[in-house]
Amino acid sequence: MIYAQSLVNGLLLGGLYACIAAGFSLVWGVLNIINILHGAFIVLGAYVAFFFHQWWGIHPFVSALGAAAIAGIIGYVLQASLINRVVAKSVLITLTLTFGLELMANNAMLLAFTADFRKVTLDRPLGNADIGGIFLPLDRAAAMGLSLLVILAVAYALKATRMGRAIVAVRTDREAAALMGVDVARTYALTFAIGAMMAAAAGSLLSLVFPVSPLSGHVFLGKAFVVCVLGGVGSIGGAVVGGIALGLIESFGGIVFGPESGLILAFTLLLAFLVVRPQGFMGNKALV
Amino acid sequence: MSRRELAALAAVLVLLALLPAVGNNYVLRVGTTMLMYAVLAMAWNFIGGFAGYPSFATAAFFGLGAYAGAIVQSKGLPAISAWIFAAGVSALVALLLGLAVLRLRGHAFAIATLVVVELLREIVNGWVSLTGGGMGINLPGAMTPEQGARYYFYAMLALAAITYCAMHAVAIRRLGFGLRCIKQNEDAASMVGVNTTVFKSLAFMLSAAFTAAAGAVYASWTAYIEPADVFDIMFSIKAIVMVLLGGAGTLLGPVLGAVAFLALDELVWRNFLTLHTGILGLLIILLILFLPMGLTTFSWRTALGSWRPAPGRRT
Repeated sequence: MIYAQSLVNGLLLGGLYACIAAGFSLVWGVLNIINILHGAFIVLGAYVAFFFHQWWGIHPFVSALGAAAIAGIIGYVLQASLINRVVAKSVLITLTLTFGLELMANNAMLLAFTADFRKVTLDRPLGNADIGGIFLPLDRAAAMGLSLLVILAVAYALKATRMGRAIVAVRTDREAAALMGVDVARTYALTFAIGAMMAAAAGSLLSLVFPVSPLSGHVFLGKAFVVCVLGGVGSIGGAVVGGIALGLIESFGGIVFGPESGLILAFTLLLAFLVVRPQGFMGNKALV
Repeated sequence: MSRRELAALAAVLVLLALLPAVGNNYVLRVGTTMLMYAVLAMAWNFIGGFAGYPSFATAAFFGLGAYAGAIVQSKGLPAISAWIFAAGVSALVALLLGLAVLRLRGHAFAIATLVVVELLREIVNGWVSLTGGGMGINLPGAMTPEQGARYYFYAMLALAAITYCAMHAVAIRRLGFGLRCIKQNEDAASMVGVNTTVFKSLAFMLSAAFTAAAGAVYASWTAYIEPADVFDIMFSIKAIVMVLLGGAGTLLGPVLGAVAFLALDELVWRNFLTLHTGILGLLIILLILFLPMGLTTFSWRTALGSWRPAPGRRT
């Protein structure tokens, strides 16, 4: 029974992890940069959900839209004005630049929101379902379902819209795409904006589940790293597979090796994957 | 080392060695920190500057050195032996780790080294019987604050001098040449007979050993360490920023970078405590964006020159 429960817990976590990592993976795959700022966007999304709920009683599932809009604008402006200038430089340059931005974002959020941990507490929670002795928190299940919906929407947009195909084209061959009339700089900015929107939406969804402080960004970033490498860089489907894998690893690792071991297990696995199979589960060619 | 360089180095050493005679404990504390940063920057230069591998492992080896040194010291080993032990342990770990991660390039290498920091911190946190876990380790201090301030200033000064000499020795020998070849084009270097695996491993081990020695001295100096304190990813970032500030792959760059960085830290940020990390972030952004030639070819002349209209030759 404990294993069935762990399976459910792992899947619930995994759905959220997938959403945390999908945008990160998209940005990495298309722009070829590691966006250290990603965790800050997640935290921002959680704070938007918290304050919208506190001030106006808006449900976090609804404020996910507002959070995504805010983060999307910030992301677009940052990419268009700053990151585009260095986007083709070495990993050291791009990574250090986004790290500098993250330090500023953290400092700003620390001043604006203080270092207290916040979590949305609903007035009328959905409660828990009991399915044959397995305990299923319905709010969490809904958050996981919505996060998978967000991923599906983005995956569909990449396939079906003109903008999405431009993103895929730029990822595949930047020069060729430019020759075919794709505005590469704008596509980069849009991609970064989508990554930020997914992060903020994920942040709003998980504001029900995890307490968040401005410094929690690092924790989410670490998880995004693991999921992204497990699943395969740049693959949206890979983010789902990797996310669920990480959720299950943490959940089962917890009962086998004790609750402290989850992170060690995840990081060890990440190192092993980097060395043995750097392309992840899903290879590194597929975008969707 | 040319005679002029040797004379300049000796002069700097003598001037620094005189500092305890004129400075109070605060000045010595800043000086010791500056020397420690210089060691971290020079140690990063082996792998990041010469070989061009984007290593974020500084915090990993700093923490490893601090813990290795602190543990054997608390079991009764004299401080200096403990520091050497810490350097040796870390070089060994770097050798084993390098076998795995040095096969990676670019992003994969950067992440692998980032992950090592997190992994070591979690392990140290969890191994309570050896490391005390989150409670940290207290080291016995037999010196008065004044004695301690002098002693650790000289210890850090000696370490910095040794690190500089090692960096110089590497730079002028085959190892340095090979590492620069690897930075330019690793496949080509391998084809013309540079044993890239051995060269990269040596650079990684040297980097780890000096970083760990700095960590071990830091542990004895502060007499208390905890995982979150010494496995702080900021050590990795600061080392990189300092080297980029001064000039990657050069000899004086890391030292100048460390001095400039700490001068900013002490003079400006001390007055803006709540904005400290934000200003550090801003500095990083300005550094990355406004150096026209790309940071790896940074020199003071081009940086100063970029303020004036560019004279022809630039592309």
